[in-house]
Amino acid sequence: MIPISTDTSAAVPPAVELRDITKTFPGVVANKDINLLVRRGTVHAVVGENGAGKSTLMKTLYGMHRPDSGTIALDGQQVSLASPSDAIDRGVGMVHQHFQLADNLTVLENVVLGSEPRRGVRLDFAEARRRIMDISDRYGLDVRPDVLVEELGVGERQRVEILKVLYRGARTLILDEPTAVLVPQEVDELFGALRELKSEGLAIIFISHKLDEVLAVADEITVIRRGTTVATVLPTEVTSRKLAELMVGSELPTPETRESTVTDVAELVVSGVTLVDRSGRELLADVSFTIHRGEVLGIAGVEGNGQAELVETLMGMRRATSGTVVLGSDDVTSWSTRRRRESGMAYIAEDRIRHGLLLESPLWENRMLGHQTQAPNSRGPLLDIKGARKDTQRIVDEYDVRTPSIDVLASALSGGNQQKLIVGREMSSEPTLLIASHPTRGVDVGAQAAIWDLLREARAKGLAVLLISADLDELIGLSDSLKVMLRGRLVADADPATVTPEQLGSAMTGAEGAA
Amino acid sequence: MSGRFSLKRIGLAVAAPVLAIVFAMLVTSVVLLAAGNNPLQAYSTMLAQLGKPRIQVNILNSATTYYLSAIAVAIGFRMNLFNIGVDGQYRLAAMLAAAVGGAIAIPAPFHALVVILVAMLVGAFWAGIAGLLKTTRGVSEVISTIMLNFIATGIVAYLLTPGRLAETTQGSNNIGTKPIPESGQVPGLAIIPGAGRNEVYGLIVLAILIGIGYWFLLSRTRFGFDLRATGSSEPAAVASGVDVKRMVVYAMLLSGAVAGLVGMPQLLGSSYTYSLDFPTGLGFTGIAIALLGRNSPIGIAFGALLWSFLDNSSNSLEFEGVPKQTVLIMQGVIVLSIVIAYELVRRYRIRQVARDVGRQLAATAPEKEAVA
Repeated sequence: MIPISTDTSAAVPPAVELRDITKTFPGVVANKDINLLVRRGTVHAVVGENGAGKSTLMKTLYGMHRPDSGTIALDGQQVSLASPSDAIDRGVGMVHQHFQLADNLTVLENVVLGSEPRRGVRLDFAEARRRIMDISDRYGLDVRPDVLVEELGVGERQRVEILKVLYRGARTLILDEPTAVLVPQEVDELFGALRELKSEGLAIIFISHKLDEVLAVADEITVIRRGTTVATVLPTEVTSRKLAELMVGSELPTPETRESTVTDVAELVVSGVTLVDRSGRELLADVSFTIHRGEVLGIAGVEGNGQAELVETLMGMRRATSGTVVLGSDDVTSWSTRRRRESGMAYIAEDRIRHGLLLESPLWENRMLGHQTQAPNSRGPLLDIKGARKDTQRIVDEYDVRTPSIDVLASALSGGNQQKLIVGREMSSEPTLLIASHPTRGVDVGAQAAIWDLLREARAKGLAVLLISADLDELIGLSDSLKVMLRGRLVADADPATVTPEQLGSAMTGAEGAA
Repeated sequence: MSGRFSLKRIGLAVAAPVLAIVFAMLVTSVVLLAAGNNPLQAYSTMLAQLGKPRIQVNILNSATTYYLSAIAVAIGFRMNLFNIGVDGQYRLAAMLAAAVGGAIAIPAPFHALVVILVAMLVGAFWAGIAGLLKTTRGVSEVISTIMLNFIATGIVAYLLTPGRLAETTQGSNNIGTKPIPESGQVPGLAIIPGAGRNEVYGLIVLAILIGIGYWFLLSRTRFGFDLRATGSSEPAAVASGVDVKRMVVYAMLLSGAVAGLVGMPQLLGSSYTYSLDFPTGLGFTGIAIALLGRNSPIGIAFGALLWSFLDNSSNSLEFEGVPKQTVLIMQGVIVLSIVIAYELVRRYRIRQVARDVGRQLAATAPEKEAVA
């Protein structure tokens, strides 16, 4: 913890100085008394658990909303940011976690989109190309301007995003969880680029919750916990364990599962499942695995390598081109989603907003969703509203869903509470197989620990669990066995007792053989 | 406690239509003033019509037809299906049902029932085509139902010629289907005193039953839940096990069946024949009223009555030297402003609920989250 005033460069005002920023926000974690000082020519990491308030803070800095109180100063000047274009005008640029690129345009077109250089009424692409190459060379971004974005890998897309921001004259870059979608090798390349950028005098705010990365790249680290900044430290004076403790307070939840509960009764047997899309591309190729009762099978992989398609095929939302799925003693390959659910499949969807909830419906109607044909939600063709309401109240109590009533709309709850409601709902129909896709994504620490506990309990009760996650620690900690998915294939097995995240990372890119 | 039926919620529900009507009156007033008319006088003339028994009967009768049409549209709307084809569905259904009704002779209650059943089947069939096209070929129901309206017009014109299903009416050059005999007619209800021979359509009862059925189906059955879930989030509905394609077909069939009823009150209650002057365009009125009533069975009832009142009182404007088309302006502005008003209220409500939740949780938070 260093004092803010290390006056080595008193002449240069800090790139960003936030003082006592408070932002109250209905239903979600807000910011309270945030203080942040980012110097020019440095990488400043902002770390905190999911839901600690990092995004809220960055949206404040990027002009996406106004703080209730507190001041923002950029390069020594106090400013008031009304919109992102205000922020851009003042040299603040943001690279979002989810890329905002048009796939069917070239890199050049994507970069100039919205700030096209004109000569008269014509677009001046020559000038744009010159500037793009100039920026690319200067910061070592290695961008090819005439390639279609759809042909680019994830790492390259991210560099295009960064270039886009620089093209608009940004001198302060906000990178929101930039490594979430990258494999370790791409992370190293990104860090190389960041070093170039800071040596050119840019200020970089690096948002992450991956501590090893933060320690590797940051010059200073500010920790956010429960919406407020709790400390600013130098990477040389902390360990990742110390940082983690700062992030979560005293107790450190771990996703580890202790003794094995795996039985030798197979609950789900997937054999040779192949899924080919209309254009003939193989989304899943010959996927086979077995999950036993009491076993958690984890699937590791960079997002977009077929995990979502696998889940949808297992749930019956897509039809496998070939191969079979056997649940318990039933061949369910040709069954509808509803029939699969009725016979014991529970599903925690990757995107709870799109697939798991009716946002503008009250909680008790959301309790019925996916189980509308089962007790206590219906009797025959009629809904049992009384039964559903009563059971919703039970879920709210048992699963600690923080809500004033079961009549509020699902959209009013925070992400963690929405997820607890979903987990409670899915566990309430006595399932035999649980498909959990990124179950703790975007939820706060408390909810994350609670959800881990629930998964562990479910496993102890003999449930078979398929766990898909981008959080390698979560995968290694909770799984009894691990498989790695790459381009629609299961390419490697790993033993969660011995494997390290680095080894998994290599296997995920297909760099070296099995981990 | 924010119960299911708090005063605030009801207030919010009423706020949007009231705001929209007030706004529409303002706009209409400006138009009237610009044309040199006195808005207040025009409104009071229209309101005065409400006191006349004959007008009251007419208002109820048109509203019955509008109500059925709007419910047909609303069934689609609840699933994000835009059935623009109610118009063609009810015309084709009414014409064929009228032809069947004129051709058969069976005892009293059954005769009318058969006619109604035929109308529902024809309506469902015609809408079902659009449903099948959407699920098998991915054709937008907006396009296909518009096309089917034109085809329905063609078929009706083809069949409604002497020698096919029509005969010339005595003493005029109008042509229509063979009149339905008395056994198939539905007697009117003399519930408005002083209206003389003007009676309320007996099938107003059917409209009320349809309204109750619509409410029950949507809010009390699994089918209705699936339908609403599909309407509010298709991906979530799919993940919950709803077979969306099948739901599209069912919803279109249901919507078409109700659409088939639109012509029945008039056919069985007053005209007894489908002739060249059978009302057209009711399907489009239904779209406006479904929007106005926000797809709610009660809301649509109010919407249908309001619309019907405006229609039936517009003639009186002529006596004041005001063109009766002024009412069209008013109806148009009501629909536009109500769509906007509902959206504003909806957003306000979502924010309000979120804020309430935040506040109520903050009040209980300290005991649970005092760790920080």
